[in-house]
Amino acid sequence: MEVENIQRRYRARTGIRRRAAREVEAVRGLSFEVERGELFGLLGPNGAGKTTTIKMLITLLLPSGGSARVLGHDVVREAREVRRHVGYVFGGDRGLYERLSGLDNLRYFAELYAVPAREQRQRIGELVELVGLQGRERERVEGYSRGMRQRLHIARGLLHRPEVLFLDEPSIGIDPVGARELRTTVARLVELGTTVLLTTHYMFEADELCDRIAVIAAGEIVAQGTPQELKRGVVEGRVVEVEVFGDAQSVLDDVRALAGVTSVSVEERGQAQLVVVRSDAGAEVTSSVLAALAGQRLGRVATREPTLEDAYVELVNRP
Amino acid sequence: MSVLRLLGLGWWLQLKMRSRSAFDGALAIVYPLFFATSVFLIYRQSASSTALVAAAVGASVMGVWSAVATTASTSLQNERRQGTLELLVGAPRPFALIVVPITLSMATIGLYSLVATLVWGRLVFGIEVSFVHPLTFALACVVTALGVAVMGFVLAVSAVRYRSAWALGSALELPIWLTCGFLVPLSILPDWVRPVSWLVPVTWGVSAIKAAALGGQPWPGIAMCLGVAAGYALLGTLLARRMVDSARTHATLALT
Ligand SMILES: Nc1ncnc2c1ncn2[C@@H]1O[C@H](COP(=O)(O)OP(=O)(O)OP(=O)(O)O)[C@@H](O)[C@H]1O
Ligand SMILES: [Mg+2]
Repeated sequence: MEVENIQRRYRARTGIRRRAAREVEAVRGLSFEVERGELFGLLGPNGAGKTTTIKMLITLLLPSGGSARVLGHDVVREAREVRRHVGYVFGGDRGLYERLSGLDNLRYFAELYAVPAREQRQRIGELVELVGLQGRERERVEGYSRGMRQRLHIARGLLHRPEVLFLDEPSIGIDPVGARELRTTVARLVELGTTVLLTTHYMFEADELCDRIAVIAAGEIVAQGTPQELKRGVVEGRVVEVEVFGDAQSVLDDVRALAGVTSVSVEERGQAQLVVVRSDAGAEVTSSVLAALAGQRLGRVATREPTLEDAYVELVNRP
Repeated sequence: MSVLRLLGLGWWLQLKMRSRSAFDGALAIVYPLFFATSVFLIYRQSASSTALVAAAVGASVMGVWSAVATTASTSLQNERRQGTLELLVGAPRPFALIVVPITLSMATIGLYSLVATLVWGRLVFGIEVSFVHPLTFALACVVTALGVAVMGFVLAVSAVRYRSAWALGSALELPIWLTCGFLVPLSILPDWVRPVSWLVPVTWGVSAIKAAALGGQPWPGIAMCLGVAAGYALLGTLLARRMVDSARTHATLALT
């Protein structure tokens, strides 16, 4: 899969009388390549342009500029060929026929994706089992829970054994055990030669699965590489975490100003706030951070290796 | 073969979905009977028995058309709301082959209303339609329903690009009643209307049904209905391609 400088603009409608058409640049020239059999992750904050990029690659949107080829087929000129070989799973509970059973949904889509009639029954049976819906497949979808719907989506996306699979937040709403099974399934598909493009907001998921990752923000790639490269390239030093009881916000600027500190973020942890400090390689910031927080009531203090999440936070917060 | 499978399964599942909504179901039963009753009451005053039979037939086809006209153009809007429109467009099968079974299933429900109208006329108003050619009559009804389905198809694909196209079906519902000779004979309409009505498949379908019921030549009507419908099918297919491309440009396939 080769993507070259792909762009997409939307016309955002605001107001009814003054049809002020504001152009939104959702994707501003992305370029990346995904090898066959590779699992490529697309990470980025909400509205970064991940879904838009995927929709252009599966031919649901025409790019406003640039070009892309999937399995050697141009996504604009050879849309039919592309559609034959790609599968698409998106997160959320839409995209299913509520009044039909799960089984009927799969039958219908098997026909739409041109699964040969002889294979349909067996293939659907396999997939129902794979996603763990056996026993419930004859019930109407309107009675499914959110995770069950998501599982049905996954089965639907795999019906025609796509060579390239696009997974747009596939694990939304799935319970931890199901999510782990999903990761195993995806890993197995990749072993069998399927190329996968995955977006997710779960960093551990991306870390565990992806061979390579591109982080995009506001429609542009801000970093690209293996999870290891991203972690090392962005956050070379160690990460210091300090639990603060009380108002950590007031002293954050002091911490940010410390020599060697590259970024600081705060997470709510019950009554405490967890101040996460990332620093340059070789900088030993623990003592100066503690000094800066001196006036506060502190809890646990820990240092650890940077995770993909640290790298991600660092990348998308860069000015 | 595989095209037939696609059409067949699509039709069957769509029919299943539509017949599962209690509200739609009740509406599909009651609505056409209201037309029929009004028409029978009006015609009972004056007319000969042939005119009454013609009215019964006309009213029954009105039911088929209304069932399709009002739902065809909203059907793809519903798919859009459900988030399935993207999946239909993104599938490797031609989009037209996916939409046709949707309107076919509506026309099938319309056929029910055709039968119900005739039965109602018979039971409540004592209108005996003694078919001159019963088999040809049945065939003409099916062909007419097919013609209506294809008209619905053209309406439906317009909604892929234009979200407000759902209004088109409702806007066309009454003009088609009037111009296609459902109730009033074409001969009493202004001259310029007649060529327009020839361009609509149901005009021919209705004339074939009337001929089969009352005696006359049904076959030319059946052939013309199929021919004009084929033209619409072609038009709809070309239109579908344009509408899908335009929707991909303007990002109107999904509203997420
Ligand atoms: N149909 C549309 N019309 C107008 N603007 C749109 C449309 N679809 C997306 N956008 C805009 O394009 C930008 C990118 O959206 P996109 O859905 O690609 O983001 P995303 O990276 O998938 O985000 P998320 O993580 O929330 O799923 C957003 O600013 C969004 O508002
Ligand atoms: Mg998205």
